[in-house]
Amino acid sequence: MRRARNGYAAGARAVIPLAVPIMVFGVSFGILARAAGMGALAPVLMSATTFAGSAQFAAASILGVGGGAAAAVAAALLLNARYAPIGLSVADVIAGRGWRRFLRSQLIVDESWAVASTPEGFDGRRLIGAGLLLYVVWVTGTTIGVLGGRALGDPERFGLDAAFPAIFLALLVPQIRTRRALAAAVAGAAIAASLTPFAPAGIPVVAATTAVLVGWRR
Amino acid sequence: MMRVWLVVALSGAGTMLLKAAGPALLGRRRLPERVASILGLLGPALLSALVVTQVFGGATGLVLDHRSIGIAAAALALFLRLPVAVAVVAAAAATALGRIVL
Repeated sequence: MRRARNGYAAGARAVIPLAVPIMVFGVSFGILARAAGMGALAPVLMSATTFAGSAQFAAASILGVGGGAAAAVAAALLLNARYAPIGLSVADVIAGRGWRRFLRSQLIVDESWAVASTPEGFDGRRLIGAGLLLYVVWVTGTTIGVLGGRALGDPERFGLDAAFPAIFLALLVPQIRTRRALAAAVAGAAIAASLTPFAPAGIPVVAATTAVLVGWRR
Repeated sequence: MMRVWLVVALSGAGTMLLKAAGPALLGRRRLPERVASILGLLGPALLSALVVTQVFGGATGLVLDHRSIGIAAAALALFLRLPVAVAVVAAAAATALGRIVL
């Protein structure tokens, strides 16, 4: 059977291999957030509105150690600052206007954005298909986590913390199609690594966006 | 509990605005060819930065721990052109095993 590379279903199919680790990640966010004193409803609503794993973990862990609201919000927004340039890169393939456009752009997450990238450019339908599936998985996982995830135990025991960089590596490999792309990847890694010891979480990744400037000279 | 709801509301609203900003400001206008081609490099730049910070990021800077065994296993699986799911499971399994053995 021939399978289309574009379209909603193709996008959803492309993230199926990521669905299980992301579900487990959602469960562990639910557990952590509940343990941090966030109750049951707030973590689920946070997954439904913030919809960005690392930012949510950062905010919940700051609350868990008694940190202030300002610190927790700042950490979450710094970690999500990359979505501003990411949003620019896909603006012309996000369909609709007004509220529909706003809601569609909420489905932009690292993974949906990465699988929307095709050799012919970004495909808006792939992004929406992938984003919708991941949204359902993420919110469902969080709900399971706050309700009864304690039975699972410590997710680090299952090496889940290494599953995430592996996902990003798997998304990275097909994007290295040219020498320029390779140069951008190397520069991005170098910038992030050199800033990690000094800068607060989130900044190294945001700073790594400047690696695109390797494409300035043709 | 006020503090929790404040964080949920502000982080949600802020993130929604960050995600919507590009599509809202640009509309469906196409970026100039040159800019689009440079922004096309965001994928490789950001994804490799995410790999680095998630493998070597620790509370006190760069650390080398069991996660690096996992990412090596994932890299090997991807090099052998195994499916993505296999690479992800290999990373988790190698890290978990490393924590038991080492």
